[in-house]
Amino acid sequence: MGLRSYIVTRVLLTIPMIMLLLSIVFLIIRVIPGDPVLLHFERKASEEAMDAMRQRLGLDQPLPVQYFEYLGGLFRGDLGRSMQDFSPVSDQIYSAFPATLELAICSMLVAVAVGILLGVRASQSYNSPQDQSIRAFAIVVYAIPIFFLGMILQMIFAINLHWFPANGRFPPYLGEPRGLILHLSRPAGGFVETLAWSSIVGLVCWAFCIIALRRRHVIFWVKGFLISILAFMVGWIAWATLAWYFVNLGTLRISTGLFTVDSLIEASPLKFVESIRYLLLPSLTLGLVLSGVFIRLTRSNMLETLRLDFVTAAKARGLKVTAVTYGYALRNAFLPILTMMGLQFATLLGGAILTETTFSWPGLGRYLVDRINFRDYTAIQGAVVYFALIVAAVNLVVDIMYAYLDPRIRF
Amino acid sequence: MPTVKTRRAIFSGLISRLTSLTGRGSAGWMTIIGAAIVGVIILLTLLGPWISPYDPRAINVSPPPNPSPPSGNFPLGTNLLGQDMLSRILCGGSIMIQVALLSVLFCFVIGVPIGLLASYTGGALDKVVNLVMDSFYAFPGLVLAIAIAAMMGRGVINMALSIGVVYIPSYYRIVRSQVLTIKELPYAEAARATGARGRTILLRYVLPNILPSIAVVATMNFADAILTAAGLTFVGLGIGIEVPDWGWDLSKGRELLPSGAWWVITFPGVMIVLLALGFTLIGEGLSELLNPRLEK
Repeated sequence: MGLRSYIVTRVLLTIPMIMLLLSIVFLIIRVIPGDPVLLHFERKASEEAMDAMRQRLGLDQPLPVQYFEYLGGLFRGDLGRSMQDFSPVSDQIYSAFPATLELAICSMLVAVAVGILLGVRASQSYNSPQDQSIRAFAIVVYAIPIFFLGMILQMIFAINLHWFPANGRFPPYLGEPRGLILHLSRPAGGFVETLAWSSIVGLVCWAFCIIALRRRHVIFWVKGFLISILAFMVGWIAWATLAWYFVNLGTLRISTGLFTVDSLIEASPLKFVESIRYLLLPSLTLGLVLSGVFIRLTRSNMLETLRLDFVTAAKARGLKVTAVTYGYALRNAFLPILTMMGLQFATLLGGAILTETTFSWPGLGRYLVDRINFRDYTAIQGAVVYFALIVAAVNLVVDIMYAYLDPRIRF
Repeated sequence: MPTVKTRRAIFSGLISRLTSLTGRGSAGWMTIIGAAIVGVIILLTLLGPWISPYDPRAINVSPPPNPSPPSGNFPLGTNLLGQDMLSRILCGGSIMIQVALLSVLFCFVIGVPIGLLASYTGGALDKVVNLVMDSFYAFPGLVLAIAIAAMMGRGVINMALSIGVVYIPSYYRIVRSQVLTIKELPYAEAARATGARGRTILLRYVLPNILPSIAVVATMNFADAILTAAGLTFVGLGIGIEVPDWGWDLSKGRELLPSGAWWVITFPGVMIVLLALGFTLIGEGLSELLNPRLEK
């Protein structure tokens, strides 16, 4: 099976899985004993108020109708309305997601870095006290509730030492990094002028095309000429259209929602340092808890690899031990680590809920917990669905990457 | 008295089993240490109501100001409500242990039969069950547990159910992988050839051989269930103030953190870590004893 057909099969298999996930969430919120509206008001509201709420949220319709409306809404990116203030859940989730993403990326980096470093060290000194203590560390770290570790780090580094802030994502006195905002002015000559200076881009495309053709030894000059002319036209018109579109927007905002990246785009070192300072404790907490898995994985893989012949051969050729370990052996352990990163992503998101609550980090997990406290069941459903979709997407990407890197999977 | 004798026999048998583990390297020691930690904690929790110096539910047993740091009268300090932390530590394990026990039981009762049946039968049933289980498995466990617990309301059984649903796929997967191997082994084939029915083969030949692996999954699962129960309590889906619970104490301690009241979070937190660690050690040790790998 080729890579392309593997990808097609994998994508097709994801569809029933996502449908199942969505149905599971729907069933949990609607069918498990406990009417969301009744629970929301804790049985303290009048019958009319509850009926009005049901009608407004469409909860008075029969279950199959609700189910198809829910699926249709998801297709349009609509996750329903909040029971609390009837605002669209999807808006709140989209604005909370970058914070979670930033935390997740940094925690994954911490987990993989700690895991590889300690795992390699442990495998180098098999059964020595160092190996035993690293293994013990991996097990203990697995057994710590994330929020307990978070609170301990908060207590030591934030409250006693004042090195890092205890809560939040950014200092309130500084404006949040918003990325680069470009104010564009419309060229005086209008579209014709845009078209004129866009032809420079067209020429660049033409030049690149010629170089590429020469590289490939295309000597049939009519064909080569036609292709290069086509490249010129495409480059020219595409650039002119894009430029005209953006110029007409008036302002252009380049931002990712990740404060570390946005402060770099903004070229503000102060904001960058502050966002790192706020990010450090939460990502250390989540990363350390996850690192146990990576330590054990790296250790066992390295133990197996270090016994193989090619490692002995490399050592015999007089290469340094570090070069052999990191350059030769670790490379073989990289594929399982990559797979584990994908597998651990679900755990990471679960852990993010607890970490965000501990550090008042304004992400998706915090949003979910807030909504639980408001008994806002439509928002809970929206957030859970969003989590499920992210995990399904990540699993898909990891599987495809894995198949790309390791051809054995495809067969 | 015959009962005492048998009890003593069981006890000495257990001891000799445990002491024989010491000769099995680090895996044996891990199992012993884990079992010791878990045993002591369960013993403390059982005896808690009798040996705790104060009523763990009674508020303002210590004169204000509260929370007060550890002192002679209150060796582990008091919390915001003026409750004695030592008494709450001694009695606070029961919720977690109950929830973990029930959820593991629930997983076992649901996950193992489904795994046995579906993977032994094979065909379309296996494919469908596999897909459903994979979807559950891919779901972030804590998120699923939160969603179910939020809908079911408070209570030990509800909490155990919501945690149990999350971990059923782990049982299913281990059962399935083992059944698929055992099904093809000569002795299972021989049983089929003698005309044994499917049920007999599953219960007499397959199940006894996969029980050790299930036991490993179950002990590891205890640790996960305890941590998930603590997590559920932390996000506000716990049992509540009525019953002393480490998870509840720990999550309430978060509000006191800025005041520097370290004792309010440290002691319950350490107890949860110890309990989860004990089960993890047993699981790790058992799994290494059963499948020795990397023997050099």
